[in-house]
Amino acid sequence: MGDHAKPAKNHAFFQHHFNTVGQQAGAAKMGMWLFLATEVLMFSGLFLAYFVVRALYPEMVLSSHELLDKTMGGINTVVLLTSSFTMAMAVRYAQLGDNKRCATQLLITLACAFIFLGVKYVEYTGKFSHGIFPGGYFHYDEAAQYAHSHGHSFRGLPHVFFGLYFVMTGLHGVHVLAGIGVIVWVYLRAKRGDFKDGYYAPVENVGLYWHIVDLVWIFLFPLLYLVK
Amino acid sequence: MADAHSTESNYLTATTGLKSWLFTLDHKRIGLMYLVGVLVFFLAGGVFALTLRTELLTPQGGDFISATTYNKMFTLHGAVMVFLVIIPSVPAALGNFLLPLMLGAKDVAFPRLNLLSFWIYTLGSMFFLFTLAAGQLDTGWTFYTPYSNTTGTAVISATFGAFILGFSSILTGLNFIVTVHKMRAPGMTWNKMPLMVWALYSTAVIQVLATPVLAITLLLLIVERTLMIGIFDPAMGGDPVLYQHFFWFYSHPAVYIMILPGFGIESELIAVHSRKHIFGYKAIALSSVAIAIISFVVWGHHMFVSGQSELAGIVFSFLTFAVAVPTAIKTFSWVATLYKGSIEFNTPMLYGLMFLFTFSIGGLTGIFLGALSVDVHLHDTYFVVAHFHYVMMGGTIIAFVGGIHHWWPKMFGVMYSEKWGKISALFIFVGFNMTFFNQFLLGQQGMPRRYWSYAPQFQQQHILSTVGGYLLLVGFMIIAIYLVHSLRNGEKVGPNPWNAQSLEWTATASPPIEHNFHGQPRVENDPYNFPEIDRTGSSH
Repeated sequence: MGDHAKPAKNHAFFQHHFNTVGQQAGAAKMGMWLFLATEVLMFSGLFLAYFVVRALYPEMVLSSHELLDKTMGGINTVVLLTSSFTMAMAVRYAQLGDNKRCATQLLITLACAFIFLGVKYVEYTGKFSHGIFPGGYFHYDEAAQYAHSHGHSFRGLPHVFFGLYFVMTGLHGVHVLAGIGVIVWVYLRAKRGDFKDGYYAPVENVGLYWHIVDLVWIFLFPLLYLVK
Repeated sequence: MADAHSTESNYLTATTGLKSWLFTLDHKRIGLMYLVGVLVFFLAGGVFALTLRTELLTPQGGDFISATTYNKMFTLHGAVMVFLVIIPSVPAALGNFLLPLMLGAKDVAFPRLNLLSFWIYTLGSMFFLFTLAAGQLDTGWTFYTPYSNTTGTAVISATFGAFILGFSSILTGLNFIVTVHKMRAPGMTWNKMPLMVWALYSTAVIQVLATPVLAITLLLLIVERTLMIGIFDPAMGGDPVLYQHFFWFYSHPAVYIMILPGFGIESELIAVHSRKHIFGYKAIALSSVAIAIISFVVWGHHMFVSGQSELAGIVFSFLTFAVAVPTAIKTFSWVATLYKGSIEFNTPMLYGLMFLFTFSIGGLTGIFLGALSVDVHLHDTYFVVAHFHYVMMGGTIIAFVGGIHHWWPKMFGVMYSEKWGKISALFIFVGFNMTFFNQFLLGQQGMPRRYWSYAPQFQQQHILSTVGGYLLLVGFMIIAIYLVHSLRNGEKVGPNPWNAQSLEWTATASPPIEHNFHGQPRVENDPYNFPEIDRTGSSH
């Protein structure tokens, strides 16, 4: 089929079930915001679980969270915030049709994402090496000894806290992985020079997604690592 | 625009071959594929139900199936009917077909996402079928902890199936919301949308807002079962009532995901086949939105006896009564629409009237159960079973069947047999009430739900129920036969056999062409201004 009515205004990626490119871009953006709403609601379940556990076992949560590495968590926060900035820059360059600069910014964003996961890997293996495994695989004696050596002592059921820690940061990590996937996708498209004539919706939507991944971490970090 | 459409091929004949269906981006074909899937699973769920009913012919268990098989059967019946049939029935099957047509759009906003949603549905169904084959499931469709953590049956594959199906539901909902916001034809203001669209829109809002919570709940359940993190299982330090809160925070709004689209169909059936402008258009439209909102704050009424605080119980009881208000507004509006209308007793209208009758019983008995003190007596009895079957089946499924009849000529360009339509409607009406009405009495007398054997004094009523179940089977079989028969032999119909006024009837052929419309339809009238309405009266 062909909608030959307004060829001048249409970019190469115009889909013909829309009447105008504006309608297409608006739909894409609205769809993304709705998707982000579902993401927030999904994580809200985990946050609720966290608060319930906190209310049930306040002393346990307090004594357990001391074992999380605040420095590494802090580094990761800075890394993610930086990546959000470069992502925003990438969106700006895509709006201007500057595919080359857009690709560069996306590369930096990707690098940040990998650094984040690398730090997370170090944190996880550190925990595992001291018997802090998720849930039923938690080694009490080993973990308690480790806590002692750091001047803390566990109270109650620390495996519940660490179980939640692994689930929350694990699910967030899965989202970072998905983010890497979609950033690579827009990176390749930028390399191909797709973003021009006012067509930049994919970069913008990937950007929105990446910001929500960042935002979830902004809540995870203080709740798990910092709050007394 | 007209260049490609000058030959009058329709969406069914435009392309051929299996691939042209499996990889289609056409919302109408996706809708039909959903319809086939939903009907196949409806048959499966029905067979499970009849197995249960047959076993219940005698008070002692074991004359047909064992107690464990019985548990597995009712679980599969519930899970299949809820997740694979009722939730996708109206929105994903009929809604997919109708929404762009009713809005005057060429397709939904995201056709590829729509196809993805269908494939995710298929994948999720596979997990359910796998559950059926391997290990089965005996937790009930609610997967309550701690039992779901300890039973040896296939909880993980079933919950993972439900998790996947949730994505399908979210994608459909997201697609529909954006479609309604962005794809309306010129002139179609919000107050000129058919009420079916309002209902699909409200449903989509609930799907998008509630389903993610189910996703995380099921994910936590899977993690709890595999890693034992101690969030739901009291033996490991968890809180089983937390699971119930999580589950019902989704699953109560999900009840409205199931019934709201049925309301939408009902508005179309009643208005079109009584040739009268719908009474209280705005009230019906906005009450759908009101239901969508209130549905999020009533989940606690599933847990009156789970040990939540008394204050919470009272608040949830009150809020539950509140949700009855918008529902009643709709019901009264439909009745008022019928008043002095020119009622045509054809098959769609028969289902429309049946809906009013059965859904009202279902809705009103919901008030009994929402009342805190009464619920303590009726909780987990056949009264609850009867109530939700009156709503889910007497509401959604009846509306769905009515909708299939109403839009059958649009979907396939042929008319079904009106005579057999009426006969089967009679079977379904009698069969349905025979099956479920006396279950209210059974429950009130103390017959607990989910029991395999029961006290002998209940036998007569159980027999009646089972016979009713078989009448339902006969009714649905008749429908299946004459609908399939009509595909080849049905009388060909024009674009608008009901003389309705919404775009799917007035602006395109039956069946519609591949891209829905020649050119862009424009909207001037509202969809319920029937030509013969006496305009000296109050048509608004």
